[in-house]
Amino acid sequence: MTLSFETLAKQFDSLTQRPSSDYDAFNVDADQLVALCEHLRDKEGFSLLVDVAGIDWNDQSPRFSVAYHLYSVIKQCYVRLVCACVGDESPEVPSIVSVWPAANWHERETYDMFGIHFKGHPDLRRILMWDDYKYHPLRKEFPLAGIEDELPAADVRERVDANVIAAPMMGGPFYAQAADHMSQREPSAADQSWAESNPKRD
Amino acid sequence: MSTENLEVGYNSRIEGDVIVSKADAVINWVRKNSVWPMPMGLACCAIELMATGAARFDMSRFGMEVMRFSPRQADCMIVAGTVTYKAAEVVRRVYEQMASPKWVVAMGACASTGGMYRSYAVMQGVDRIVPVDVYISGCPPRPEALLDGMMRLQEKISQERSLTQLTKKR
Repeated sequence: MTLSFETLAKQFDSLTQRPSSDYDAFNVDADQLVALCEHLRDKEGFSLLVDVAGIDWNDQSPRFSVAYHLYSVIKQCYVRLVCACVGDESPEVPSIVSVWPAANWHERETYDMFGIHFKGHPDLRRILMWDDYKYHPLRKEFPLAGIEDELPAADVRERVDANVIAAPMMGGPFYAQAADHMSQREPSAADQSWAESNPKRD
Repeated sequence: MSTENLEVGYNSRIEGDVIVSKADAVINWVRKNSVWPMPMGLACCAIELMATGAARFDMSRFGMEVMRFSPRQADCMIVAGTVTYKAAEVVRRVYEQMASPKWVVAMGACASTGGMYRSYAVMQGVDRIVPVDVYISGCPPRPEALLDGMMRLQEKISQERSLTQLTKKR
């Protein structure tokens, strides 16, 4: 334990400890997130933002939270912050681009995949999917194979007569079977009796 | 005394510098021995593609070393890697900028079928947007496999009817 929870909690009253099997982890409310990040960067030496990730808790409320991993190159240790998003329909957390510019693309990716809005982000656009894409693929309600849709560019779509299709899962998802030898552990689907050309019969 | 003429084939000393052939055969011979590929390198297959062009495997042995990074100067697009839906638009646009006659090689599992990416983001085979002439299996294919695929493309080119029938492509 490299951070004193008691000292931090005096300054940030929404801070709670979070169960963790490795390094320090805290829950923090959205309104104290930026101040806590600034404190950790300036006073505790966490100069490096390693990762920003979204979590979809499905049926729970608050439904979405955002996890931040910070690293101190001086202390050589990590700390994990988890901030629950405000609102389940259009979730929102404050952006921390002002604290670590590295958060810019991480937050764009989290927005793209989960639809979490980062308030105060200088340029919150999609980063992986195309701009007109309607869905947020890592949300729990999004099917693994994807959803049928139109190709991004209208003129290309017209010429090629192709669409975004739900990927043929062929009995997937694919996973490695438990076996002794590596050659036996080739990822395969549980049910390989059907394919795109030979649809599944129910 | 007379010598028996045993030569069956063409003899330029007797007949002059003339070769009689079919126009298709000549045109196809020219085309297949100077395929100018354009590397559409989208993922790890492009690394094997680079190895194929380099000294050890040396694609120039088959007349295909002139890699052009502009579609306007190329006549064979090698789609090497995963085609996402976002990139599909670009692949098609680049293909349309190539001058005819043009050929497409789908290199590797991803370009051929989507490969291991059964995903919302990945096009399940580049043949959905461009007409593919040769598919090469492998993840990624070894340079030998690419060379074999390109030689099969040469065979295909040599059998085309270039004059009498315009190749109909989308």
